[in-house]
Amino acid sequence: MTVALRIRRSRVLLFSLLMKFGDYNLGGFYDEMVGENGRPRASVRHLARNLEALPEGELIRRQKSADRALIQMGITFNVYGESAGVEKTLPFDLVPRIIAADEWTQIELGLKQRIEALNLFINDLYHDQQIIRDGIVPAHVIESSKGFRKQCIGMNPPRGVWCHITGTDLVRHGDGKIYVLEDNLRCPSGVSYVLENRHLMKSLFPEVFAASKVRPVSNYPLRLRDVLEYLAPGNLSPRVVLLTPGVFNSAYFEHSFLAQQMGIELVEGSDLVVSDGYVWMRTTKGFERVDVIYRRIDDDFLDPEAFRPDSMLGVPGLMEVYKAGNVALANAPGSGVADDKVVYAYVPRIIKYYLGQEAILPNVPTYICDEEKDLAYVLENLNQLVVKAANESGGYGMLIGPHSTKEQCADFAKRIVADPRNYIAQPTLALSRVPTVVDDHLEGRHVDLRPYILYGKDIFVMPGGLTRVALKKGSLVVNSSQGGGSKDTWVLADKTSNDTDIPEDTGFSQTQSMGGNS
Amino acid sequence: MLSRVAESIYWMSRYVERAENVARFIGVNLTLMLDSSDREQQWWPLVNTTGDHKDFEKRYKFATEENVLHFLTFDRDNPNSIISCLRSARENARSVREIISSEMWLQLNTFYLKVNDAATTGKGMESPHDFYTDVKLSSHLFTGITDATMTHGEGWHFCRLGRKLERADKTSRILDVKYFILLRSVADVGTPLDDTQWAAVLRSASAFEMYRKRHGRISPNGIVQFLLLDSEFPRAIRFCLSAANDSLHAISGTPLDKASNNVETLLSGLCSNLASAGVDEIVKSGLHEHLDNLQDQMNLVGTGIFETFFAKRVREANKQTSAERTQ
Repeated sequence: MTVALRIRRSRVLLFSLLMKFGDYNLGGFYDEMVGENGRPRASVRHLARNLEALPEGELIRRQKSADRALIQMGITFNVYGESAGVEKTLPFDLVPRIIAADEWTQIELGLKQRIEALNLFINDLYHDQQIIRDGIVPAHVIESSKGFRKQCIGMNPPRGVWCHITGTDLVRHGDGKIYVLEDNLRCPSGVSYVLENRHLMKSLFPEVFAASKVRPVSNYPLRLRDVLEYLAPGNLSPRVVLLTPGVFNSAYFEHSFLAQQMGIELVEGSDLVVSDGYVWMRTTKGFERVDVIYRRIDDDFLDPEAFRPDSMLGVPGLMEVYKAGNVALANAPGSGVADDKVVYAYVPRIIKYYLGQEAILPNVPTYICDEEKDLAYVLENLNQLVVKAANESGGYGMLIGPHSTKEQCADFAKRIVADPRNYIAQPTLALSRVPTVVDDHLEGRHVDLRPYILYGKDIFVMPGGLTRVALKKGSLVVNSSQGGGSKDTWVLADKTSNDTDIPEDTGFSQTQSMGGNS
Repeated sequence: MLSRVAESIYWMSRYVERAENVARFIGVNLTLMLDSSDREQQWWPLVNTTGDHKDFEKRYKFATEENVLHFLTFDRDNPNSIISCLRSARENARSVREIISSEMWLQLNTFYLKVNDAATTGKGMESPHDFYTDVKLSSHLFTGITDATMTHGEGWHFCRLGRKLERADKTSRILDVKYFILLRSVADVGTPLDDTQWAAVLRSASAFEMYRKRHGRISPNGIVQFLLLDSEFPRAIRFCLSAANDSLHAISGTPLDKASNNVETLLSGLCSNLASAGVDEIVKSGLHEHLDNLQDQMNLVGTGIFETFFAKRVREANKQTSAERTQ
C-alpha cells in the first residue's frame, strides 16, 4: 500500500469511527466491545478499526454473504414442534465477541476447578455419598433428581472420569463480573457452530485475523478424539463412534460434523448390536467391535433394557457391556445429576467440600423453591426473578418475571407451589451486550458464553466458546430454539504467546487473505 | 463401512443420476419440439420412459407440455421427478455427511436449493432449455467433485455402483421407448424427420458426436449397438454394467474372474452376455424382449445388492428400498 493511500485510509477510518460508534447506544448495559466512555475497549481496538474501515454497505454485504454460506453449507438445526424436517440456520452475527487474555486465564482456572469438583461429586454420589453424610447436600435433593440414575450406583467409569465433555454457560452481569449460569454435563451441543463460525470469520475478515492475536479453536475435534481414545478398554487402536438419535434430531448437523472432523463413524442405535459381552456395529463386511461410544443420546434412551423400555433409539444390553468394562461411554451415564438446577445451587459448597477452595467463578444467587423461606420470597417477587424448571434445558420451562404478564406470573406461581422441588429462581441478570448487525448499523444485543471443557488425561478448556446472542431487541433468551443467534468468540493470546490463529489454514481464506494483505 | 451408510451413499448417487437423466429426456424433447408439427404426441412417450405413466394418468388428464414438464420436474408427489430425486439424494447425503467430502455436500445442497427455488418461485424457468442444461451440468459437477475429492475406497465404489446401475437402467429405457421409432425408420431410411428422431435418441444420451465417430452414418442397428453394446462409450449399457461390476468386486475384494456372492455371479454373467452378443441377432429376435429381460436382470442385481450389503440391518419401513426394487 502506498503512503498516500495509507494516510487517506486512516483519515477515512477516523471519520467513520466517529460516525459509527458515535451513534452506538450502551443502553445502560455492560458492553463487551465499547467502554462506558463510548470508545472501543483496548482489547478490541484492532477489530473496531477494521469494522470502521469497511466502506459503506460492506458490513451488510459480508453479513449477507455469511448468511448465504450457512444455507449452502447446510449448517442447520431442526426445530421441534414444527413440521418434521424443518431446517433453520443458526443466525450468525459478524461482530465477534472478544475476551482479553488475562480475563480468560481466570475463566479457564475457574472452569477447571469446577469440573474437577463436579467429577468428584458425581463419583461420590454413586459410591459412598460422603457429601450427603456430611450434610453438605441434602439426600432428598439427590434422590429426587431426574438425572440421578440408580442403575449407576457402584459403577466405575473408565479412568474414573464421569463428565468428559462439558459446556458450561457463563454470563456477565452489569457489575462486570462473569457468573456461571448452568453446568451442562449431559450432551452439551453447539461446539460445531464454534468451529464453523471461526471458519466463516476467517474467510470474511482475513485481514483482521492477521492483525489480532486470536487463539485457535480448530484442534478441538482432535482433542476430543484423544479424550475418547484415552477411555478405551485396553485396545491399542480403539474404534470410537458417535451415537446419534438420527437425522431428525435437532443437533444432527453437529453430530455428523463432529464425526467427520474426528474421522470416526457416526452410528444410529440400530447400527449397533450387543453380542458376546461386546458392542458391535453392522457393516457391509459383517460385524465390527466398538470400544468407545461418544453418545449424543440422553440416558433415558440409551438402553431400553436399563432405562426407558420404549426407547427405539438406543442399544439393548449396552449398559451390561458398559458395566463389564467392555465399552466406554462419554459422558458416563448418570452424569446428568449435576445438571439439576437445584444441585447447581450447591456447587460452590461442593467445590469447597472436595477441593477446599473458594469457587473462582461465582454462581448466580439462586433461590431454592423447595426451601420454605426461599419459596416465600420467590412467590412474593416473581415479577423480578427468572424462574427455571430444575430439569429442563434449551430455554424451555422458564419464566422471565420482568418480561411476563401478570397472568403468566400467576400461572407459574401455581406450577411452583404444585412442585416446588422442580423450580429455582434467580435475580434477572443484566446480561452484557455486544454490538450486533441490525439492518445497516450496529445495536447492542445480550449475549452469554458457552466454553467447552474436555476431561481426559487432564482438563482442557477450549480457548473460545459459543457466544449466543439474543437477536430480538431487549430479549434475554439466547437459545437457538427461541430466536437466538451466535457469534464467533475470540480469546486473545497474551503478548508473548505464539498460540494464535492464522487465517491461512483454509484453502479458501488463503487466497482471500493474500488479497487482503497485498 | 456401516451398512446404513453404504446404502445411503448408493441411493444418493442413484438419485442424482436419475435427476440428470430426467433432465436429459426433457431437454432433448424440448429441442425436438422445434422440428415437430404434432406437439402433443411428443410428450407422452417421455412419461413412458420414466415408467411412471400410471401415476401420471391418475393425476393429470392430458400429456400436454405443461403437464408433463411439471410432473417430471417439480411434482413433489412424483417420487421420480427431478425435485423429488434431489430431495431424496440430499436426505441420503445428509445422513452420511461425515463420510462424503464437504465439497460433495456443498454441491448437492446448492443443487437442491437451486431446483427447490425454481419449484417454489419459478425462477430459472424463463428459459427451460437453460434450466435443464443446468441440472445436467450440476449433476456432472457433483460426479466430478465426487471423483476428485472422495477417497476411492468402499464408499466411493458404492457411489459408483449406484450411478452406473441407474445410468444403465435409464439408457435401456430410452432405447426401449424409442424402439418403435427405430423400427419404423427401417422402412424409410433417410427422410429428414427420421434423421432428427434418431439423432434425438443419441443426443438424450449425449451420444451423438461419439456415435458419429464410431459409426458415421446413422442406422437403427448402429444405434442399438452403440447404446447397448459399446464397451467404451460411458453411457452405453455394457460400459455401465462393466463399471458397476468392477466396483462390486472392489467392494468385496474379489478378483474380477471370481464371485464371492450371488450378486457378483449375476452381474458378471450379465456383462459377459453383453460382451458376446451381436446386434443383428438381438434386433432379429426382438429388441423389446431383449431389453425387457435386461431390465429384469438389472432389478435382480439391485435386490442382490440390498440383500448382500444392506439388509443386515433392520430397516425403517418408510425408506425407499422396497418401492425402488419394484421398478
